[in-house]
Amino acid sequence: MSWWRSLLSRRDVLRVGAGGAAALAGSAALGQGGTHPAGHTGTAPVSPVPSTTAHAGHGNNLMVGAVNHKRNGFDPMAMLTDWDWGKVSTLPNGQTLREYTMIAQDKEIEIAPGIFFPAWTYNGRVPGPTLRCTEGDRLRITFINATIHAHTIHFHGVHSAEMDGVPGAGPGEIQPGGRFVYEFDAEPFGCHLYHCHATSLKRHIHKGMYGAFIVDPKEGRPPAREFVMVQNAFDTNFDGANEIYAVNTVGFEFARRPIPVQKGELIRIYLINILEFDLINSFHLHANFFNYYDTGTTLEPTSRIVDTIMQAQGQRGILEFKYKFTGNFMFHPHISEFTELGWMGSFQVVEPDAYPAALKAAGVDAGWDQRSRQGAAGGRS
Amino acid sequence: MSAPAVGGGRWASLWGLALVPLLLLGAVLAYLVATGGGLKTLQGPPVEQVKVGRVTLPERGVIQVQVINDGPQAVTIPQVMVDDAFWSFTARPAGAIPRLGTATLTIPYPWVEGEAHNVALLTSLGTVFEAEIPVATLTPQPGRDLFVRFGLVGLYVGVVPVLLGMLWFPWMRRLSAPAMNFILALTVGLLVYLAVGTYLDAQAFAAALPAFWQGTPAVLLIALLTLGVLLALGGKRKPEDAPLGLSYRIATGIGLHNLGEGLAIGAAFALGEAALGTFLILGFTLHNITEGVGIVAPVVRHRPRLTQFALLALIAGGPAILGTWLGGFAFNPVLATVFLAVGVGAIVQVVWEVSRLVARNTAALGAPLVGWSTLGGFTVGVALMYFTAFFVKF
Repeated sequence: MSWWRSLLSRRDVLRVGAGGAAALAGSAALGQGGTHPAGHTGTAPVSPVPSTTAHAGHGNNLMVGAVNHKRNGFDPMAMLTDWDWGKVSTLPNGQTLREYTMIAQDKEIEIAPGIFFPAWTYNGRVPGPTLRCTEGDRLRITFINATIHAHTIHFHGVHSAEMDGVPGAGPGEIQPGGRFVYEFDAEPFGCHLYHCHATSLKRHIHKGMYGAFIVDPKEGRPPAREFVMVQNAFDTNFDGANEIYAVNTVGFEFARRPIPVQKGELIRIYLINILEFDLINSFHLHANFFNYYDTGTTLEPTSRIVDTIMQAQGQRGILEFKYKFTGNFMFHPHISEFTELGWMGSFQVVEPDAYPAALKAAGVDAGWDQRSRQGAAGGRS
Repeated sequence: MSAPAVGGGRWASLWGLALVPLLLLGAVLAYLVATGGGLKTLQGPPVEQVKVGRVTLPERGVIQVQVINDGPQAVTIPQVMVDDAFWSFTARPAGAIPRLGTATLTIPYPWVEGEAHNVALLTSLGTVFEAEIPVATLTPQPGRDLFVRFGLVGLYVGVVPVLLGMLWFPWMRRLSAPAMNFILALTVGLLVYLAVGTYLDAQAFAAALPAFWQGTPAVLLIALLTLGVLLALGGKRKPEDAPLGLSYRIATGIGLHNLGEGLAIGAAFALGEAALGTFLILGFTLHNITEGVGIVAPVVRHRPRLTQFALLALIAGGPAILGTWLGGFAFNPVLATVFLAVGVGAIVQVVWEVSRLVARNTAALGAPLVGWSTLGGFTVGVALMYFTAFFVKF
């Protein structure tokens, strides 16, 4: 307890607030009395308005400044559409083989303007690469551990025990400097994920070792503009509670840079929750309703015409919706705390002819537009 | 710095010898700065430490937070949360806060009157430093009305009870020598209670200071220094030589204690945590009335002028007014700690003087120094303070 609470308890107050804590403490130097905030005589009162995109956000509930994505080596906006199809070849039996290389690396990343986090990553990014394939493909993932801690990759899917990426199964934890090839057939189709399953599990997950693993159905899905959103958060002071919440790592990124989409087109979101420390996460879409495919393992929606869903850690699903009106529409978890701590963004819905300009405003190019539409086509690019 | 050639060669060699270690020290420091002294491998992770200073609510919809960096290296605060929500803010000065530096953060947050808020500062490494606003209320701005009201509070809490206590003076003059000695022993008890209380208050303020002030040891050291200086000033003075002087010294010690009392009351108001009801005023009057008895006890065998009484009451009670103003409008914990620590030393010094007076009187009465009479007086003094404090502690 603070001085002040203890002082009051030895003094006479009729009412003491429940959380009395330090509100008065040291001036920088002797003789420098407590500051008088009111003394702005003659000058206008301070009204901080950070230079953010004015059309997005939540009043003054924002983060000041912007993240340097170049230094990070990844951009949450680009991550929405950067499917990793792997190195594709055909096996003698006619099966498609997709080969990936995943390197565990320690890296300090900027997760909010000016806030740096000592992350553990796959391929230097959080979330790791979005692995995408079709049901029945043979996957061969070479895992190299270039860190000083043991790590694994645990895929959600169907595979043999030694490919499960957990301690005590097959190679168990892959030691520093070690490597292992995870190989299995992609099944079932759906919106899945992978993550490190080394112990201590909580730390290996919340420090950034996870990513999306999308298995498309053989018959494909209807054409749509697709995005992958990995809901994550960061415990920056390691007290077992998150300070910064986001999709694709950077807090408020899609509030600062709304995601450009066109009015009337089908939008499909692969939504994954890997939130550590909190029981649930959720997704709420403003001024719209969507169909939801729980875990993405069905071709028919498991919930129709909903505007809010919830996911526990490791749960995921596919959302499909269209916008009836143009404008700026928020999306966020209907958990106000997470929203105010960074997990909040919006779609910028425009008429098709205004789309190139909207892309430019979001800082993305025609390639991003193309990738967002190529997923439903099975990655034939 | 070259030695003036006043004392000739001997003088120069004397100071030259004194400078040798300093020159070598300079060389060592230069070496360490330039090369790191071969200790590169001992460098640990960065350590961030800031102290959240005063949190004020200068106007509706604005929170101001003062931050002091008392860690070993510069700290940057890129983001601020209020009530678990990231919030826009401006910092003055902007950018990194150097070691021992301060910054003031202004946050445009719609705080709610009478409710609690939490401000959290996130450093670039993700460390979180929090400050509470226990009960949000507009920080009092110095204005005539509030100034007068705070002054009145100080008057009721400090000056009035001391004056009332002094009104026992005519009664005390009629007391027998043993009874008067009992009153003096009671004064010792009262002063010991105040010394303990003032020391604990000083330590409470000191605990909230930025680390570099070393508040906890500083309180003890300042108190000891004050005691030493006062004893040295006293020289060979005997307490019975100038009883009025002793009364003034008691009043000064009590005054410093009452300054602390005023600071706490003023600060409590400023933070919206106190409502000074009639009951509380009564409690303080009751609690502090004994102080008046103690102040005039040394001069019962003399006839001080009325102006002396007024002055003594002002010295002992006036600081309560000053403290209320400071605590409410311009709280400075460093100064508060120093004043209270000086107060501890001053009170201990008068405890010493009054005790010597009691010792002389008991010797003259042919009684043991620690007998039932003196011990009784001491105990009554402590007990009076202790039990009347029940009215002002919650």
